[in-house]
Amino acid sequence: MTLAEILASLFPGGHAVAVTDGLVSGDGPFEGGRLRVIGIDGDTPLGVEGALDLAGHVLDAVRAGDRAPILVAVDSDSQRMSRRDELLGLNECLAHLAKALLLADRHGHPTVGLLYGHSAAGAFIATALATRVLAALPGAAPSVMDLPSVARVTKLPLETLQEMAHSTPVFAPGLDNMLAMGAVHAVLDPDTALGPQIRDLIAALPERDERDRLGRERGGRPVAQAVAEVVAGQVRGG
Amino acid sequence: MAGPSAGPDRDRLSWYEASARQRLDALLDPGSFTEALGPEERRMSPHLPLFDLPRAFDDGIVVGTGTLDGRPVYVAAQEGRFMGGAFGEVHGGKLVGLLRAAVEGRPAAVLLLLDTGGVRLQEANAGETAIAEAMRAITEVRAAGVPVVGLIGGRAGCFGGGGLIAGTCSRLAVSEGGRISVSGPEVIETNKGAEEFDSKDRALVWRTMGGKHRRLIGGADAFCDDTIASFRAAALSLIADAPAFDLDTLMAEQARLRERIERFGECRDGTEIWARLGVNDPDAVPSLDTRAFDETVARIGEAAHDAR
Repeated sequence: MTLAEILASLFPGGHAVAVTDGLVSGDGPFEGGRLRVIGIDGDTPLGVEGALDLAGHVLDAVRAGDRAPILVAVDSDSQRMSRRDELLGLNECLAHLAKALLLADRHGHPTVGLLYGHSAAGAFIATALATRVLAALPGAAPSVMDLPSVARVTKLPLETLQEMAHSTPVFAPGLDNMLAMGAVHAVLDPDTALGPQIRDLIAALPERDERDRLGRERGGRPVAQAVAEVVAGQVRGG
Repeated sequence: MAGPSAGPDRDRLSWYEASARQRLDALLDPGSFTEALGPEERRMSPHLPLFDLPRAFDDGIVVGTGTLDGRPVYVAAQEGRFMGGAFGEVHGGKLVGLLRAAVEGRPAAVLLLLDTGGVRLQEANAGETAIAEAMRAITEVRAAGVPVVGLIGGRAGCFGGGGLIAGTCSRLAVSEGGRISVSGPEVIETNKGAEEFDSKDRALVWRTMGGKHRRLIGGADAFCDDTIASFRAAALSLIADAPAFDLDTLMAEQARLRERIERFGECRDGTEIWARLGVNDPDAVPSLDTRAFDETVARIGEAAHDAR
């Protein structure tokens, strides 16, 4: 689905969500209140300015104190890879955006990610992965690094990696693999209205971070949850 | 045995050269460290054998508890010499477990000895997800009133998702050798070409993402000598001065980062930024010793903008 189709489905009566330079912001009527929307459209890389613009919208929402849900719609590239962005502290700007979303969550704003295109690396962590629950639409294409790059770094032939990707979800790009990790909670149905589906996600928000439990149940991260629990138990017991 | 104020190797041991275990042993009060899920339990990566790669009994991270000047702290130290300190499934799970325990355990602080190239590509999806879990957990720890202090000066630097974790900490101490960024020099060069970033130009790397640059622009809160003692002193002072995780802090950070981009957004090089900051001789910054550098930092004031 395109962003326009998503917004039309979410807000059949119209909305005030705009896209400027690939950055999405605005809101629309939702369940008797409103749904705030931020995001990245058109496979746009996320740089220092974009991260601060989006964080500003999130902090405005927290300041408003209305506890309106925040939808983070993402079809992005990775972080913008440039000397200038790193010089200016891209790590701080991306972390700031993630912190803003995590703060909004603490202040009672349900935060829902909606991955409808590509996303990768730092841009993915700072946006979709900083929400309480992350949904995706069929066709979404999250990745950490594309396979040719993985091949270059691991010095393994691309064909070998493609073959290995059939047997494990742990390294190759793709929605199914991020579902198996527990990073993506659910895939929505593009053929029925999105509003009720988002409403249901919000009604069933997990109390805690359950991504490692999902990852175990789905077989993508067989040991992460157990490792975390053993460490926590030993630390508290010691 | 040496007393608690003078660990045997603390003053001599190079942070950069030390292993993760050596750093922890010398950083904490002598004999106080207790490891969780230690190497004897052999909780190794289930994925590296697929790639015919050697595994480590600790998966490249050491986590546990100890005391710092008599106060209880939780600690995690990445081993930059094992797969570049990168985040895999077990590695990430150990960090996440430690952080979650801190929400209830309420130690005086959590110290993160970051030394990482980012996500371990052989376990990229698990590593990326673990980084997101760790960032959420850090904000929960901070919201519980426990400072999370990052200490960065290892050979792997602090790259990729590690840079985002650094940006989530309450406070950061960094040494000359510590580099903090999202895209590393090689990643930028590979994707955008050597004219955008020549990764072999070491001086350029330091000017763009090195410890001094980060400290000068307010991206880190303390600059350390490359000794464990210096990092210990920094950790103690930063714990006492950690910002809350709340709306005021993030509003202040928003203003701080906006102002930075307005002031320096057109600068092409670290030296141009340092000149605009009011550093008298920007070209001399890389060669300043820690004391002279700290005096420079104190004069320009930007680094005092420290909401994070």
